[in-house]
Amino acid sequence: MKFDTPAGTNPIDQMKVVGKPVDRIDGKLKTTGTAPYAYERHDVVKNAAYGYIVGSAIAKGRINSMNVVDAKSAPGVLAVITALDGPKLGKGNSNTANLFGGPDVEHYHQAIALVVAETFEQARAAAHLIRVDYTRTDGKYDLAVQAKSAPLKGDGSDEGSGAPPVHRVGDFEAAFAAAPVQIDQTYTTPDETHAMMEPHATIARWDGDKLTLWTSNQMIDWSRRDVAKILGIPKDNVRLVSPYIGGGFGGKLFVRADAALAAVGAKAVGRPVKVTLQRALIMNNTTHRPATIQRVRIGTDRSGKITAIAHESTSGNLPNGDLETAVSQTRLLYAGANRLVSMRLALLDLPEGNAMRAPGEAPGMMALEVAMDEAAEKLGMDPIEFRVRNDTQEDPEKPGRRFSHRNLTECLRRGADMFGWDKRMAKPGQRRDGRWLVGMGMAAGFRNNIVTKSAARVSIDAKGVVTVRTDMTDIGTGSYTIIAQTAAEVMGVPLEQVVVLLGDSDFPVAAGSGGQWGANNSTAGVYAACMKLRAAIVQKLGYDQARAEFTNGTVRAGNRSVSLGEAVGQAGLTVEDGIEYGDLDKQYQQSTFAGHFVEAGVDAATGEVRLRRMLAVCSAGRILNPKSARSQVIGAMTMGAGAALMEEAVVDKRFGFFVNHDLASYEVPVHADIPHQDVIFLDETDDKSSPMKAKGVGELGICGVGAAIANAIYNATGVRVREYPITLDKYLDRLPQVV
Amino acid sequence: MKPFSYERVTSPAEAAAAVARTPGARFIAGGTNLLDLMKLEIETPAHLVDVNGIGLDRIEPTPEGGLRIGALVRNTDLAADATVRRDYGVLSRALLAGASGQLRNKATTAGNLLQRTRCPYFYDTNQPCNKRKPGSGCSAIGGYSRPLAIIGSSDACIATNPSDMAVALRALDATVETVQADGTTRTIAIADFHVLPGKTPHIETALKAGELITAVTLPKPLGGTHIYHKVRDRASYAFAIVSVAGVIQPAGQGRIALGGVAPRPWRVEAAEGDLPKGAKAVSARLLAGAKPTADNAFKVSLVERTIGAVLAEVKGKA
Ligand SMILES: Cc1cc2nc3c(=O)[nH]c(=O)nc-3n(C[C@H](O)[C@H](O)[C@H](O)COP(=O)(O)OP(=O)(O)OC[C@H]3O[C@@H](n4cnc5c(N)ncnc54)[C@H](O)[C@@H]3O)c2cc1C
Ligand code: SF4
Repeated sequence: MKFDTPAGTNPIDQMKVVGKPVDRIDGKLKTTGTAPYAYERHDVVKNAAYGYIVGSAIAKGRINSMNVVDAKSAPGVLAVITALDGPKLGKGNSNTANLFGGPDVEHYHQAIALVVAETFEQARAAAHLIRVDYTRTDGKYDLAVQAKSAPLKGDGSDEGSGAPPVHRVGDFEAAFAAAPVQIDQTYTTPDETHAMMEPHATIARWDGDKLTLWTSNQMIDWSRRDVAKILGIPKDNVRLVSPYIGGGFGGKLFVRADAALAAVGAKAVGRPVKVTLQRALIMNNTTHRPATIQRVRIGTDRSGKITAIAHESTSGNLPNGDLETAVSQTRLLYAGANRLVSMRLALLDLPEGNAMRAPGEAPGMMALEVAMDEAAEKLGMDPIEFRVRNDTQEDPEKPGRRFSHRNLTECLRRGADMFGWDKRMAKPGQRRDGRWLVGMGMAAGFRNNIVTKSAARVSIDAKGVVTVRTDMTDIGTGSYTIIAQTAAEVMGVPLEQVVVLLGDSDFPVAAGSGGQWGANNSTAGVYAACMKLRAAIVQKLGYDQARAEFTNGTVRAGNRSVSLGEAVGQAGLTVEDGIEYGDLDKQYQQSTFAGHFVEAGVDAATGEVRLRRMLAVCSAGRILNPKSARSQVIGAMTMGAGAALMEEAVVDKRFGFFVNHDLASYEVPVHADIPHQDVIFLDETDDKSSPMKAKGVGELGICGVGAAIANAIYNATGVRVREYPITLDKYLDRLPQVV
Repeated sequence: MKPFSYERVTSPAEAAAAVARTPGARFIAGGTNLLDLMKLEIETPAHLVDVNGIGLDRIEPTPEGGLRIGALVRNTDLAADATVRRDYGVLSRALLAGASGQLRNKATTAGNLLQRTRCPYFYDTNQPCNKRKPGSGCSAIGGYSRPLAIIGSSDACIATNPSDMAVALRALDATVETVQADGTTRTIAIADFHVLPGKTPHIETALKAGELITAVTLPKPLGGTHIYHKVRDRASYAFAIVSVAGVIQPAGQGRIALGGVAPRPWRVEAAEGDLPKGAKAVSARLLAGAKPTADNAFKVSLVERTIGAVLAEVKGKA
């Protein structure tokens, strides 16, 4: 189905099942521990041997030799495959560094050997017996140092908002110089790790030259392509199965060493092999969100109208790696005639930087929305009024190109009402509650909506059961449920009569999960397939296409009516279709918006920050399931709180690795950090996004929330911290002295 | 993890003898620290002697009016004990500020006292570490040292002792009771129990090889207001950046011990005389001679501020 004109009225508008806060179909499996995750697929793979990966002990250099004699003769060991004697692997399109290193080492903990043994413990013990002789070479590990000579670079990725190296509208420098009110500040965000609950894990089995991988992966088709490329085998010989994923946050968009080396190990020992990345390896072995240094300049006239806005960001990566596109939102969020955005990429020998939840906007909004707060203060304006004054219905770079649907002002106004914004003291450091300094902060939220094609196969059997098959993934987001709701709505059957099967490369290729594009596109694909199935049923029955209605498990036209099961008969009926997009996303800018509100307490003595209340008001098209959408937004707000307050993959700048590479030392928020959270979705649809009239929400919740927290801390204390995370050591000496 | 043998024993004497008998043997109690370290091969015992069946899991009054806490009493049970909560509140609070409910259910009094540092380089066996591998060097010096010690450290090691419980025990002047393989028992004052790193950071306590902790004894209750103030980056389930155990008397005199700043719970009795003068004075004496790194210099003022908060809380309660 081609979607190239705005959606008219369609079966989704009935909202009998879609839009209802139904429980997640997979919820019971997850909460009872019975959802089979990749590493536990004993149901399909018997007799798997265990692989254990050895990571490089140096960040950059060369392996001279590896002594594996002891490892090979250790109890239970079946094979030891090293970077020196193992197969040379190719590189996936989505990988910057090789998944199997050596003899040259590209980054710390790059996989350099795999030990396969009868048990996990034996493999691990043997892995510790491998002795490696390296020659270390100097590397570049300090972004602040490398940033000085970092060249300009455009965004080469096919994800995110995208931006050329420098983008100018009008004359920024002149307008900024002439602006009576100016803000010019630099903000930094640290490297972050996804810290998903389920480590990367894969079971590999070869049947002749056919390979099946039970793995934990967000993007089945990309990864199938890359597995084929890495192993040098035809894509058709690879099957990927990933029905349940214990979190990914972008860390599982791509094939990682677990999948590549499980396949290599299974070939070597002639039996299935399973590999999981041990927790301490994940942070340096896999990808991370790169640190940024961002300079934001805002110039306004006296009335608070932005006349000049610039956002320049520098991030680092391995050679051929990508940028963190932290400036994207600044091209679209606020009006202003004179604009400049640019990005620089420094060469670093740290592990590979890549996507983490809302790449670009998540760190970008942490800078831009603090700068906006600073500008509002300088203007003596309420930060909400300042944003409203600079709201726009047009792409600020391309006048005349409208947003498909944009209701940022309503998010901010509604949020202000709900949150009691009028109680906020404009002057910082004024509110005290016992030992706590209390403040309120807000920020806009912004994340683009990306449309991308997505297909599904839908069958109906003689009992009237509808089965959807698509390689779409559910990374804990609720894909199973919203896809079932979509099929139930279109086919006119109860939710219980829909079976959804996901995450298998034998199924039609879907959008996958990333960039908050999963929900809208995958359900639109299922919608397309269901509409085709409806047409096939109507045609089979010889009914009038225009008059046929699907309700209560029957299809009727005029006074003719038959149950769906009878309609398709014993043979059942299966169709396949997908959604493909025209250029509505070029004609219109499609984005999602939010107002983030935070109340924070800062311990006047110790400087510890404890959040008190959080609210997000979201403008994100039709909400397919308010319950799962809310879960996404509060999860993202929680992750944003981590980014604002505690998360930092600390770089050892001498040896080039993330030091705090376990979950005891890389702190993410726990329950006690997360207070009362409210989420409100504006009641709206976006007819330019898809027949579902929905957009993404899964990342919107993280975009802006960190800045709202930073602004609340400022409002509480009068101390501005521009280096994330905002830990107490960065401002303790600037807090009021305690007696 | 290196393969190891395992045995269960049923009495303290047997436990001490079993460890003495087998080279490379270690006790295991809750296992919440030792097993993690074994998986990473930071600890590589050849033999484990499981002491969970030796009794020593009771909390009893002593003839002196104090309390004797068996070595195997779980952190959860100790924190919840009515007498501890009433008379030694600082201990209960310190315990509850540590780890998580699940961990405290397993963790034991002796195991908690002997938990090892959380220096991140200690945990990465690719990195030199004098504590893990004597003589290999200290990666934390010149590296990431924000969580590490500002006082009591040495050129060989700047790690902290991460225990919250031990800080409270130090403020309470607890004593540690032990038994050795030959049956000799002794008591070690908590002040002498953890030793400073000097040139030998791998030696962390006064215990001899194979010496089993049987109990921790608390002297008679001190009265006063008991406070444990733990400062951390997240609200729970995090090790202390700085912690202060305070037992403060109505007249303003009292005791203060610090966590998160030194290789052992940090207490300077002489500094406590300055308590009535306020946080600045006490803190200056407590931290006299401190040698922070650039990363953790903030701990010096954080200690003062946290003591200030403790004293303010006491005032608030009075
Ligand atoms: C994620 C995490 C977070 C944590 N957070 C905190 C925190 O915030 N604050 C805090 O204080 N602690 C924290 N801990 C540490 C926790 O308190 C310790 O792991 C626990 O107290 C150790 O007790 P155990 O009985 O499990 O010791 P084990 O692991 O069984 O043993 C530890 C050591 O003690 C020895 N040993 C045990 N019993 C005896 C005995 N009777 N005599 C002689 N030697 C003995 C063992 O040989 C071993 O060397 C945390 C731990 C984890 C894993
Ligand atoms: S501070 Fe101590 S524990 Fe940490 S690396 Fe140095 S020697 Fe090892």
